[in-house]
Amino acid sequence: MSISIPGDLRYSTSDEWVRTEGEEVVIGITDYAQDALGDVVYIELPAVGTVLTPGESFGVIESVKASSDLYAPIGGEVVAVNSDLEANQEPINQDPYGAGWLLRIRPSGEEEPLMDATAYAAYCEERAH
Amino acid sequence: MDTYEPHIYELSAPGKHGTNLPRLDVPEAALPTALLRQDGMNDFPELTEPEVMRHYTRISQRNASPDTMMYPLGSCTMKATPKLHEEVARYAGFAAVHPLQDESLSQGALQLMYELQDYLGEISGFEAVSLQPAAGAQGELTGILAFRAYHLDRGDPDRTEVLVPNAAHGTNPATAAMVGLKVVELKSDARGNVDMDDLRAKLSPRTAGMMLTNPNTLGLFEDQIVEICQLVHEAGGLMYGDGANFNAILGIAKPGKLGFDFMHYNLHKTFTTPHGGGGPGSGAVGCTAELAPFLPGPRVRQTASGSYELFTPEKSIGRMKAFHGNFAMLVRAWTYIRTLGAAGLREVSEIAVLNANYVRVKLKDLYPQAIDRICMHETVLRGQIAGAQGIRTLDIAKRLIDYGFHPPTVYFPLIVPEALMIEPTETEGKRTLDIFIQAMRDIAREAVETPDVLHDAPTTAPVRRLDEVRAARQPILRYNAEAFAQILNER
Ligand SMILES: Cc1ncc(COP(=O)(O)O)c(C=O)c1O
Repeated sequence: MSISIPGDLRYSTSDEWVRTEGEEVVIGITDYAQDALGDVVYIELPAVGTVLTPGESFGVIESVKASSDLYAPIGGEVVAVNSDLEANQEPINQDPYGAGWLLRIRPSGEEEPLMDATAYAAYCEERAH
Repeated sequence: MDTYEPHIYELSAPGKHGTNLPRLDVPEAALPTALLRQDGMNDFPELTEPEVMRHYTRISQRNASPDTMMYPLGSCTMKATPKLHEEVARYAGFAAVHPLQDESLSQGALQLMYELQDYLGEISGFEAVSLQPAAGAQGELTGILAFRAYHLDRGDPDRTEVLVPNAAHGTNPATAAMVGLKVVELKSDARGNVDMDDLRAKLSPRTAGMMLTNPNTLGLFEDQIVEICQLVHEAGGLMYGDGANFNAILGIAKPGKLGFDFMHYNLHKTFTTPHGGGGPGSGAVGCTAELAPFLPGPRVRQTASGSYELFTPEKSIGRMKAFHGNFAMLVRAWTYIRTLGAAGLREVSEIAVLNANYVRVKLKDLYPQAIDRICMHETVLRGQIAGAQGIRTLDIAKRLIDYGFHPPTVYFPLIVPEALMIEPTETEGKRTLDIFIQAMRDIAREAVETPDVLHDAPTTAPVRRLDEVRAARQPILRYNAEAFAQILNER
């Protein structure tokens, strides 16, 4: 299994990634998560303006195998949503760190404990056995 | 094969009919417009009787069912339904009673319900049983609503968390969420049981209860069950037993005695009533005396004079289902219990466990076990065959169809990568199990030597592999001749 884990992101135990871009933060699901889910067929994301609490569910993602909640790795206000994903979910599988991004957030400063790439790689490895 | 059976609308032609009605001898009247459908679906197919008969018979012959093949779905437990049950359920005294008929005219049906409540209570060690819920999931909803009502009744409104192991069936967390409670997930330990440290850490004055399947969804017995129940009770919570796997412990362990407070019985699993498309389910529930006042009604009780009557428990959470539950299923379950008796039911579980372990031991060199332990009535393996490139559990499952078997449950429980969950049940004999095992071994060899055979499977079924992704992304939910023609064209 070769899972892509970019070095410049931070990761949650529920397999979301976090990228800081200036004052804002972009989040999505990891390559590990998309691989475990299989082809994503449906996603439900919050509206712009929603305030996220770290660790709380902010949406739902469904594949042909399973339906899972999405958990906020950090708190803050949603400033943009990747609404293209409503009609076409393929980018989540094909480009989870790029075109498959989910939300852009103005962070409140509250966070779940997040991992760096090395720790997340170990966490994925641990679960593969 | 891939033979196409036309849709019944495609077989239709105007004017064809199956019966000849006498000529109209009264003035023709139009139907009141209020009774007409407004959705444009006013056409019915027009066919002759033999066309209709052949169409449906042909479709039925393409069906996969326990009548034609071994059906090793784990957790879903596809037992054979003895034909005797079908006969008894069709007795006019049961099949023709009306639920609104007066109690005095329904004494036989009420007696059967009363006895079934009694038997289920005895088998599981619970004081009270309600036969209302229509499926396991509805039984779960009943239980967690009862937990909530119990805590509120005691003036303890802050118990809003339900602990659910990460191996649980999706209906467990969904139930807690539907009741408006918060789901708190519990980890599993290396032996595939509830992680006791995690349990201790997550119990609190907010704990309304815990939901646990035992044997769990890995097909393993939770051997710390007594301690788990004690810890949950000490924290002030209640224990819900998901009875999906009750068929592994009939006559051996009583959940009520282990410390569970409430549980559902999937009569359509453990007690052989038809499953899935074969018939409506039945998720009867049992509980302790303490929770009995909250059960849904009506239940059946016996009066001092020996007759039977319906009653609603005093603090009932209300009805879960119209009338008396899926009554015909109750007749089948009653028949099963009466045919086998106590000793027979115990033997059901013993043979189910023996069969699952036989399959496990014969396959574990090729299909790694999720957890290396003796299993209960089902075994969870992984479709990760050494030396096979690009083969997933889905390919193995589809190839089994070519060998004449319904595939086992796959990709469940979610905590096992590439899970293959096999439950032979007690109804299969050694000969069938050996043929199944050989098929699985042959498939493992093909996976290494000729993987494309697996990727292309099934090839002998009436339809080829479905495009599940496209079906989910672009569902066509109503018959549409144009869309249909286009799909056929693409094949
Ligand atoms: C472990 C488990 N719990 C609960 C359920 C839900 O039962 P039902 O399908 O009768 O609603 C299932 C269904 O297969 C199950 O396997």
